[in-house]
Amino acid sequence: MANRTVEVELSTTGLDAQGRAQRVPLVTNDGGSAVSVEPPPGMEPDLEGEHMLINIGPQHPATHGVLRLVLELDGETVVRCIPHLGYLHCGFEKIGEYRQYNQIICWTDREDYLNSIGNNVAFALGAERLFGIEITARCTVLRVIACELSRVMSHLVWLGTTCIDIGAFTPFLWAFQQRERIYRMIEKWVGARLTTTATRVGGMAADIPSGWTDDLRHFLKTFPNTVDEIDRMLTRNAIWVGRTIGLGVMTPDEAVNWGLSGPMLRASGVAYDVRKDFPYLDYETYDFDVPVGTNGDVYDRYLVRMEEMRQSVRILQQAVDRLPDGPVNIDDPRIILPPKSKATSEMESMIHHFKVVMEGPRPPIGESYVAVESPKGEKGYYMVSDGTSKPVRWRIRPPSFVNLSAIPKMVEGHLLSDVIAINASIDIVMGEIDR
Amino acid sequence: MSPFQVVTAGSQGSSAQPVSPHNVSHRGGEANPSAQALKDKFAAAVKRVEVIWGETVVFIDPASASTVIRWLHDDPSQQYDYLSDVTAVEYRDAEMPIEVVWHLRSLPYRRFLRVKAQIPKGQPLEIDSVYDIYRGADWLERECYDMFGIRFKGHPDLRRILMWESYKEGFPLRKDFPLRGRFSRSEQLRQALAQNPEARYSMEELSIANAFEDLPEDMRKRLDKGVRTGE
Repeated sequence: MANRTVEVELSTTGLDAQGRAQRVPLVTNDGGSAVSVEPPPGMEPDLEGEHMLINIGPQHPATHGVLRLVLELDGETVVRCIPHLGYLHCGFEKIGEYRQYNQIICWTDREDYLNSIGNNVAFALGAERLFGIEITARCTVLRVIACELSRVMSHLVWLGTTCIDIGAFTPFLWAFQQRERIYRMIEKWVGARLTTTATRVGGMAADIPSGWTDDLRHFLKTFPNTVDEIDRMLTRNAIWVGRTIGLGVMTPDEAVNWGLSGPMLRASGVAYDVRKDFPYLDYETYDFDVPVGTNGDVYDRYLVRMEEMRQSVRILQQAVDRLPDGPVNIDDPRIILPPKSKATSEMESMIHHFKVVMEGPRPPIGESYVAVESPKGEKGYYMVSDGTSKPVRWRIRPPSFVNLSAIPKMVEGHLLSDVIAINASIDIVMGEIDR
Repeated sequence: MSPFQVVTAGSQGSSAQPVSPHNVSHRGGEANPSAQALKDKFAAAVKRVEVIWGETVVFIDPASASTVIRWLHDDPSQQYDYLSDVTAVEYRDAEMPIEVVWHLRSLPYRRFLRVKAQIPKGQPLEIDSVYDIYRGADWLERECYDMFGIRFKGHPDLRRILMWESYKEGFPLRKDFPLRGRFSRSEQLRQALAQNPEARYSMEELSIANAFEDLPEDMRKRLDKGVRTGE
């Protein structure tokens, strides 16, 4: 019976005499029915020791942005991980050298876009140190409220997306519902949801509208229920625990040496929180706890972030109770714009308005590094001034950039599916990493 | 109720609760005690100490950067165990030297120190890596190299991180680099179109799976010549 070769599409993969992959055409007999070709005996594929290259991203939802990981796999175990960055690089630091200080604030929204209002506050604090400005009491408390709201917001996004990555869909919806409530409040305050640009050097763009604190109090009363609900759903859930415990472990010494910060560092048992250890915005006068994990794995990072949301609620409660009356902006016409009504009616205010807009406020020669505890970790702004209205150097210390640099260490030896869970636990925002 | 207790990192040296800085003066003020310790220990390497806006800046000799930082990390009376940042500063004044800046933190003592090394004009942009002291310096130094062209001696894998490897326009954060890039828009477009998005792996990565042999002929030729595109 003669065999003849049919279409290439019917071919299968087999192995040649040297054990290398080759195409084996399927054959049919004269009657037209397919005859399978058995591989020669003794030529079973032996893949032991042969490593596979796999590429995750940059266009992959589980990499939380445009991160690309090249993985070397032995079977399903990761042997090596090579991260590639830079797909979102747009030179924020270079652009900042060509902008006045107040003009840079809108760039800080766009780096860590889940924490935009917190970045605005951090940048303004850095610039104010450089200018030697002391902000008003009301502004200090408003900024604390802004920072903590954005921490809750960022942690909610982290929680929702991590649940999706690991396969739970419901907490994602619950988390995003609450996040939407915060966005509505932020929108009422500054008019924007994501790109807030809420601060100015020496104050805020706007005071809170009347009745806003009632919204906030209502939110603080009802929001912890959602955290408890998600807590009940996940913390003792067998699937969740099985997918997160013992993954991506960093010991305390390693975590400090790799420069991790934020929940990543605290999950490893190191109680470094910028708010406690190098306080700013009078954080030392608030009563709150710093949650610290013990094992430094994905599960502990989850626990730490859940508890941080509750602690943020505590801080917000204290902040809204102590919110003093008074001006939001400092009283210095060289730095703060005059009210629009005055600028159009008084000669001096008009001159100040013109000078602040056209020339921009000028800090003295000097430099400052101000770090704040962003939801991702220690976020620092380093600014160098040569006395002109534009900084010589504006440097962002991105916490997720440094946290992500430990991913090869964390994923090696784990399974491919755990890479997704570990990557999610870092809480990266590529806008901040690539800048 | 909560399983977590109030914990702060600072347990040695300063037992007092730290406070937010208020009314810090522009120049002068109390310097970080580590600055005096550095002066005593490395009299030749420490050039000067400044306090700007309450932050202590120690200027050191670039040749001894690694030694000084290692001592700060290892000495039990200093314990600067946390590297916040490695970066560089170039001033608009072309006469000013390029500075490499390390921001160090001592978590046990709650101290913050800025160490600077000025690389004089005309000398090669080279400085010791602190990679073997702080692993966190890995990407920070790579970024500094990528943006400023400063070579960190001793870094095991010093290559571009944010820009792609075949980027030919130079170092973006240098002051002689124009805001819109060094090449014209048409040249940038031409180079972008000439990239091959298929060749996404480096030779190092391809060697993992012996995948090189399976590539098409033209791609193998290009990779043989050391060209790496698409990244």
